[in-house]
Amino acid sequence: MNFPADLKYSSDHEWVRVDGETVTLGITDFAQSELGDVVFVEMPEVGDRVTKDKAMGTIEAVKTVSDIISPVNGEIVEINAGLDDAPETVNDDPYGEGWMVRIRISDPSELDAMMDAEKYQEHIG
Amino acid sequence: MRYFPNTEADLRDMLTRIGAERYEDLLKGIPENLKGNREMQLPPALSEMELLDELQDLAALNDGGRMSFLGGGSYDHFIPKAVDFLISRSEFYTAYTPYQAEVSQGTLQAMYEFQSMICALTGMDVANASMYDGATALAEAAMMARNISGRHVILAADSLHPSYLDVLETYAESLGLEIRRIPLKGSTLDGGALETMLSEEVAAVALQSPNFFGYLEEAEQIATLCADREILFIQGTDPVSLGLLKAPGSYGADIVFAEGQALGNHRSFGGPYLGIFTAKKKYVRKMPGRIIGATTDRQGRRGYVLTLQTREQHIRREKATSNICSNQGLNALAATVYMALMGKSGLRATAELSTRKAHYLHEQITALNGFEAASSKPFFKEFTVRTAVPAKEIVEAMYEKHRVMAGIAVSDLIPGRDHELLIAVTEKRSRRELDTFTDLLGTL
Repeated sequence: MNFPADLKYSSDHEWVRVDGETVTLGITDFAQSELGDVVFVEMPEVGDRVTKDKAMGTIEAVKTVSDIISPVNGEIVEINAGLDDAPETVNDDPYGEGWMVRIRISDPSELDAMMDAEKYQEHIG
Repeated sequence: MRYFPNTEADLRDMLTRIGAERYEDLLKGIPENLKGNREMQLPPALSEMELLDELQDLAALNDGGRMSFLGGGSYDHFIPKAVDFLISRSEFYTAYTPYQAEVSQGTLQAMYEFQSMICALTGMDVANASMYDGATALAEAAMMARNISGRHVILAADSLHPSYLDVLETYAESLGLEIRRIPLKGSTLDGGALETMLSEEVAAVALQSPNFFGYLEEAEQIATLCADREILFIQGTDPVSLGLLKAPGSYGADIVFAEGQALGNHRSFGGPYLGIFTAKKKYVRKMPGRIIGATTDRQGRRGYVLTLQTREQHIRREKATSNICSNQGLNALAATVYMALMGKSGLRATAELSTRKAHYLHEQITALNGFEAASSKPFFKEFTVRTAVPAKEIVEAMYEKHRVMAGIAVSDLIPGRDHELLIAVTEKRSRRELDTFTDLLGTL
C-alpha cells in the first residue's frame, strides 16, 4: 500500500496536498481498499463552508457508505466533477485522478495537527 | 429453522453484561403510573369451538350498509376477484423481506413491475417499492425535501388530508422541521397567500390534488412557482384520478406521493394500506424505502435485486435516509395485479365512470333544498356540499334510518366545519343508488 511522503493524513483516512492557501483532499489507499468498489461520491458544492471534523459528503461503495470528513475549516473552491461518471477512479488512483475537493483553508496552522506518512502508517497499524 | 426464545441463562447473561440486576431495571425510565402493575381482567380461556362461535357473532355485527359514499382517502372501487386469488398464492403470500435475491425472484419482479407501473401512472422517474400509507409517504417526502435542500421549512396546504397533516406534524416535531400551513380560500388553497410564504427558508411546498375536499388544486401553476424559486414541489394525488388527469411528472413535480388503497386493496376498516412514493431520478439517493432494480446475472439473464441499499438503516444506521426500510409488499402486489388487469383503458374507464357519476350526484344533491355546492372548482370523484343542518346529523340519520353511509362529516376531522359533507362516488354506485340516495337526503 502506498502513502506518499509529500501528503498530510487525518485519522479519518483523508489525505491533503498543501498548495499555499488551498489544499487538495482525497481518501487514502487504505480507505479505498477498506471500502471496496466505490460506486458514487456525493460532494459538497463550490462555495460551501466546511467545518473541521464534520462530514462534507459521502462515499458510497457496494456494501457500505462512509462520510468524507473535513480535517480543516475552510471553503470549497473546486470539486472533482469527473467522479460523477467515474467514481471507480477513487479506487484506481486515490492520490491522483481520484482527488475529491479543493479547499481554501481558514487557518493553515490546523494542518500541523495532521499526520505525516510514517505516523499515518502507524495509525492504521 | 428452529426458533428458541431466550432461556433464563441467556437473560441472566445479557443482564450481567449490561450491568442490570433484573429485567425490571430496564423499565426504570417509565413513570410508575403508566406501568400496568395489575392483574389483567381477562375472561377464562375458551375452547377453539367456543372462540369461533364468539368471533362469528362479532363478525355478524359488521354492517357495510346498503351503499357507501365514504371517501376521504379510502375508496370503494371494484376489485376484480383475480386480485385476491393471485395475491393469496403461497409463492407470494409471505410477509418476509426478499433480501435473498436467489430465492425471491418472483416477489422482486412483482415489486419491480409495481414501481414501473407507478412511474408510468405518475409520470415520474423513480418509484420505491411502497411506504406504509399516504400519511407516512407525505412525512417522508417532507424529510427528503429537507435533506435535499438543507432548508427546514415545509409549506403544507390546509387542504391536505387532516390525518396526513397530523402525521406530518408528529414527524416534524422531533426532526427540526417547521411546518407552515398554507391557508384556504374556500375549498382550495389560497394562491395569493402561498406566494407571500415562499421564502429562502422554504424547502418544499406540499399539497394534494384532488385535495381532501375533492377539488383540484392549481398544481401546475404552483409547480412552476416553486421551480422558479428552487423550492421543491411535493404533490399528493389519487392514483385512480391519473387515469384522466395530467400526470404530475409532466409539469415538473419533484416528489409525488399517494395513498394507493384505491388500487385493488380492500378498505378493511382503515388498513393496512399502501403508500406510493416517487421522485425525480436525481433525488434517488435521498429517497426513503426500498427500491428494486433489474440487472443481469453471470449468464446474462435478467434478474431483480434490492438496490441502493446503502441508503438504508441496516447499513447507514443513524445516517440512513429514513427509518422506513420496509414496504407493504402484499398491498403493493394487490395494486400491481389490479393495474395489470385494468390496463391503461380500464383505469381510464374507472376514472371516467367515477367522475361522471360523481358529477351527476353533485347536480342532483345541490338541487335539493338545504344543500349547496361548497366550491365551484373542478372535482374528480369526490366533492363537498354545504348543508343547512349540521353534516354530522345527516350522516347519523342516514345510517340509522336507511343504513346508507352518506359520507364524511368534515367536522369529524376539522373541528368547526360543521356544515360540510364530503361525498365520494366510485364506478360501483349505480344510477338507481344515486337517485335513491338523493331522494333519501331530500326527505330527511
